[in-house]
Amino acid sequence: MQHLGFSHTKLKIGSFDFTCCEGCQLQLANHESSLPAFLELLDIRNFREISSERHDDYDIALVEGSITRQDEVERLETIRKNAKVLVAYGSCACFGGVNSLKNNFPLDQAVREVYGDKSVDTLPVRKISDVVKVDYSIPGCPVSKEEVERIIVSIATGSIISLPKYPVCVECKQRLNTCLFDLGEICLGPITRAGCDAVCTSGKTPCLGCRGPADDINFPSFKQLVSDLKLSRDELDEKLGFYNCFEEFRHDKS
Amino acid sequence: MIYKIITKPEFRKFIDALVRQNLSYAPKEVDVDKNGEPVYQFKEVSSVSDIAFDYSVTASSAKHFLMPFKEDLSRFTFTDKDWQQDITYEAQPIVLIGLRACDISAVTILDNVLLNGQFPSPHYLARRKNTFIIGMDHLPLPDCFCKSMNHHTVNDGFNLFCSDIGDSYYLSINSSKAFNYLKEFEISDPTDEDDCKLIERRKLIKHSFKTEVEVTGLPSFLDIEFDSPIWTKWGDKCLNCGTCAMVCPTCYCYNMEDRPDTDLKGSARQKQLYSCNLVDFAEVAGEHNFRPKNGDRLKYRYYHHYLGFAENANQQICVGCNRCGRACLADINPKDVINDLRMEKESCMICASPSPPRT
Repeated sequence: MQHLGFSHTKLKIGSFDFTCCEGCQLQLANHESSLPAFLELLDIRNFREISSERHDDYDIALVEGSITRQDEVERLETIRKNAKVLVAYGSCACFGGVNSLKNNFPLDQAVREVYGDKSVDTLPVRKISDVVKVDYSIPGCPVSKEEVERIIVSIATGSIISLPKYPVCVECKQRLNTCLFDLGEICLGPITRAGCDAVCTSGKTPCLGCRGPADDINFPSFKQLVSDLKLSRDELDEKLGFYNCFEEFRHDKS
Repeated sequence: MIYKIITKPEFRKFIDALVRQNLSYAPKEVDVDKNGEPVYQFKEVSSVSDIAFDYSVTASSAKHFLMPFKEDLSRFTFTDKDWQQDITYEAQPIVLIGLRACDISAVTILDNVLLNGQFPSPHYLARRKNTFIIGMDHLPLPDCFCKSMNHHTVNDGFNLFCSDIGDSYYLSINSSKAFNYLKEFEISDPTDEDDCKLIERRKLIKHSFKTEVEVTGLPSFLDIEFDSPIWTKWGDKCLNCGTCAMVCPTCYCYNMEDRPDTDLKGSARQKQLYSCNLVDFAEVAGEHNFRPKNGDRLKYRYYHHYLGFAENANQQICVGCNRCGRACLADINPKDVINDLRMEKESCMICASPSPPRT
């Protein structure tokens, strides 16, 4: 393919799912208007949502889901060895995601609750970077297809790969939404990384922080806000824990 | 300027005809907040009954109609060894209804920055020339401080301005387009009584302000207080969320990014309105950040607003609408920050010659 006189070969890509809903992978097969152009950039070597072919010679591995079993650890380590670049995508891969709620309970209690007496091989939930080295992360539940396309294009053209550093409030205000705190809700928008185009808050659903903390957030001030407005600290903790994205802040009981 | 009188029912007919024929934006109630107060925004309207003429204030300003939050400034098309740039300045004519005096002053300030500088913005010009502005006066809200900034009245920057004198509006007509539209409706010349009513109305507005911000000598205060601890104090509260700049009628700083198309055959140069409070506003190559601290970033926002930058002939760009203060979740507002700055200065003087301690 030619780009400004430079030719580049298609990116040999594999996409792999671990413990998750595979919703992020489905997102990649979405956005039909740009799907042909997106696929044109890629040489799909392994991607069960898109193709039944299976090859192990990929340069870029997109990894979705969290790690909750020993066999997943081994499979992930193999993928890491095969790939030149490993991209964790989706909140499960980047932070552990909603699966991490399991970690709030003793493992045997969690298994008994779901599977009864059946024996199940399971481990506490871990994010991808807890197990192998991650080169890039694309957060979100699910990921934004536009953002994934932008990052894949950046990889293809050798440009800087970046995510917005500012919080969701910027995008939310640009959509002229009424602040959900003014409607009496706790919204994680002021501390959550933008890039979602404030999709939840535009539908009047408070942000649950699926994209994780923005750069250099002011958590003490945010906590102060929740207490000044006499909103529930328990509800705040529950929201912070929902996707497991705010672990470094959640247990700060000060 | 031509002055005319229009009765309120006739005014509604005029506005209705206008909005039915033009893409129009006016204050609309969009929500009711947790205290039961209505929330307003400038939204598209298609008939006069959509418009909340008695609105208090819109949460966001009207600046994005002239300067969108996101816009493509140009498109690039790549061929094998070459590229072509396409720039278009297309702007659909729009009508903005119900802007307050301070909002219109804000547009005049943006005109000054974006059209009178060394590099006028053709994108802004295209939109500005195709915007018809109808202003309406109002009694100030308890926290409005536009009088302190001298923007509670306005003489320019609108096509038509309506002052509420009871059963009628006293119209200030500032463009031939507005006059021609109005000719098809029942308007009359102001009588002496109407003139008196207008003067009374203006007096009432002037004396209804409850918030005053002392801005005399503020530029030099700011200059002197560069290292003041108050910047850290307020910076510690700042959430770096950029809300203040998004709702502000004059914040015009922006970020620019090239966004290649997924098929790599073209690219868009995209402008996005930004905020000097955002963490990477002053970040440069190599991730070096000239303003890594909240307090520094907040300080420069106040410097730009109250001390002024060269682009704007060092004029203050704040119009005193207090949208930033209302929207700030961390309770940072110009009145308190500026008063704090002045208090700090005064307390320094007390330190120099302390009063004798009470016994």
